[in-house]
Amino acid sequence: MFDSEDLVTAMLAVQEEFNWLPPQALDYISRRLSVRKPRIYHIATFYKVFSLEPRGKHILQLCMGTACHVRGAKLIADELSRRHGIHFGETTDDGLFTLERVNCLGACAIGPILVVDGDYRGNMTTNRANAVVKRLKREAIEEEGASA
Amino acid sequence: MPKLETIEQVERFQEKCKAALDKFPLVVSLCYGTACCAIGAKELAAAFEEALGGDKSVKFIKSGCHGFCEVGPLVVVRPLDVVYQQVKPADVPEIVERSLKEGEVIDRLLYRPGGNGNVFAKENEIPFYAKQSKVVLALNSHIDPYSIEDYMAYGGYSALSKALLEMTPDAVLKEVSGAKLRGRGGGGFDAGRKWNSCRKAPGKRRHIICNADEGDPGAFMDESILEGNPHSVIEGMVIGAWAIGGTDGFIYIRNEYPRALEAFSSALEQAREYGFLGKNILGSGLDFDIKISRGGGAFVCGESSALFRSLEGDVGEPRAKYVHSVERGYHDEPTNLNNVETWANVPHIINKGAEWFRSIGTEDSPGTKVFSLVGKVENTGLIEVPMGITLKEIIFEIGGGIKGGKDFKAVQTGGPSGGCLPASSLDLPVDFDVLTEAGSMMGSGGMIVMDEDTCVVDVAKYFTDFLIEESCGKCLPCREGLMHMSRILHRITEGRGEPKDLESLKKLGDAVAVASLCGLGTSAPNPVLSSIKYFEDEYLAHINERKCPGGVCQALISYHIDPETCTGCGTCEKVCPVAAIQPVAGEEREEGLLRIIDLAVCEKCNACREVCPEDAITRR
Repeated sequence: MFDSEDLVTAMLAVQEEFNWLPPQALDYISRRLSVRKPRIYHIATFYKVFSLEPRGKHILQLCMGTACHVRGAKLIADELSRRHGIHFGETTDDGLFTLERVNCLGACAIGPILVVDGDYRGNMTTNRANAVVKRLKREAIEEEGASA
Repeated sequence: MPKLETIEQVERFQEKCKAALDKFPLVVSLCYGTACCAIGAKELAAAFEEALGGDKSVKFIKSGCHGFCEVGPLVVVRPLDVVYQQVKPADVPEIVERSLKEGEVIDRLLYRPGGNGNVFAKENEIPFYAKQSKVVLALNSHIDPYSIEDYMAYGGYSALSKALLEMTPDAVLKEVSGAKLRGRGGGGFDAGRKWNSCRKAPGKRRHIICNADEGDPGAFMDESILEGNPHSVIEGMVIGAWAIGGTDGFIYIRNEYPRALEAFSSALEQAREYGFLGKNILGSGLDFDIKISRGGGAFVCGESSALFRSLEGDVGEPRAKYVHSVERGYHDEPTNLNNVETWANVPHIINKGAEWFRSIGTEDSPGTKVFSLVGKVENTGLIEVPMGITLKEIIFEIGGGIKGGKDFKAVQTGGPSGGCLPASSLDLPVDFDVLTEAGSMMGSGGMIVMDEDTCVVDVAKYFTDFLIEESCGKCLPCREGLMHMSRILHRITEGRGEPKDLESLKKLGDAVAVASLCGLGTSAPNPVLSSIKYFEDEYLAHINERKCPGGVCQALISYHIDPETCTGCGTCEKVCPVAAIQPVAGEEREEGLLRIIDLAVCEKCNACREVCPEDAITRR
């Protein structure tokens, strides 16, 4: 049986399924595990993996581990924010991108690393990051055009 | 499969597994670690599976990390024993036709460092591997992490059956204490002593926990062990449970390591199937199982008391340690926590004895240590070396020196809790005590090499900001002290530093170190204090001259094109997003007009420097 010890695990499962923690799901967890909601929200805001807001269509994760940092990951973060208005921890207004800061993905040899929807892209540069974002934007426009 | 219950049964089954492996005259081992997978190992695996078809003579292994990530994806062909590097799917048919069928070595896929004509074919000839001595990582390129049979073919679970069926818990404890095994997670605490205290602590239940919350950014040792040889960790933990009297086990795996989680989960299931976990293990009377718990991306949860709170399903806030966790840890009950690498060492100590273990490494830090050697070094990767090896040997012999022949500036060990060591420290032998004395620490094994193009003030700022983000906020010195240190560091890197700043940083750092509640806080000022100690000049250059010698701090640098080197190709002009690069009329070069950067327009995005084929663009 499940008990309050499984709280974090349950929340992780919800986060993985929906990419965020919808309030209805937290209500459900609260009832099923007999855990009061303040505790759930305390946990949701403590651990970085949880999001209380819906996230973008594309999840970009930029590795800011030390190895990636000394190889210029910060330049990429600056470029995404300056050029495309994509900032750490935020979702763009058009709902297209969420940029997350992760601290080391364990593939330091090929840093800096940008993970695009789960796909690891190594040896990232500002030029390549620009190209990735531009391509995803273009695809979104094309999709919109096709469905209109 | 019926559960194994006697030493004979275990040995017979190991022989069966070995015979099954020996049936394959040929082995292809593809590195399927996180880094290699990110640069094409997945496509390679598909290509191999297709090319080999159902070939019964070849064992194809998708193994854990081989270590030499720099030149991945890596493929090892045995018994030829040759290492192919940077293999592409198009190379696969040739490897199958020539190397597997004809036993030929394919010259163009061999490792050629530095372009000086040196070629290396075999693993033990490659300088990166030659200086290493692998214990914990020894099986990584030989076994399929998803196959307990592979692990057992190489003697896996021998130590467990020896411990449970031939040794008393006391004898196991004595062996581990005698080996002087020290915790590989960073603290370097004597594991034997910890086990002993936990065993003696009063309580009905005793928890055996593996800390796999490898939060140190720039370190992936534990990930690679879990991904490559998960059974060694399970075996170590069960032996620990036997010695300590453990009743239940947990592993706390970092959320950023989904692949390690998958490999470990599968290993747990197999171990249960064979009776290495569960009720009455090997008929010894020991009941023990391991439950997986996942982290939520919080660095502080690597700290023991925070980890226990997180395991209990709560926020990971540390507690003051008036009482040791061996007595009151998880649910306030006796708990023994060791990290992945520490547990993985245990089976080797039981198999080969304490004396063997002490014959490796130094007197006070015996054994080997796994490091992730990263940053501005030629050969990035995962290495395992005997303790006592010098930093110079690691960086210049195994690591092949600094990338692009630049100058060494510093090496950072111990992650956010450690420090930067300068060139004068390169001859220091690496062990727990020497590094601490030098103002850094061993930490869990991240080793980040920095060259002349790295700014130590920027790195100190980076770690401080990292720790602010990760501080749980419970105690004031850590929460507020770091914030103020960060403010000063930001000011310095933005060119608004003042001469008194260094003194303030030192004072604040000392206060945070003395007054913080847990290990995160007490070690948090290390990156700043050690860099001030060894690189005061660089701080002063920022403060007094408003210059960043590493060319990193954006506010203090500008981009320039060297008129001597520029060939006028114009690539930079094409990529510049703000049209800051213009041709200079009348300045003809080989391929066109010399370019110049308009500093008033330039946003310092670095795009031009990335693409310049001549490296003509400098930051200063």
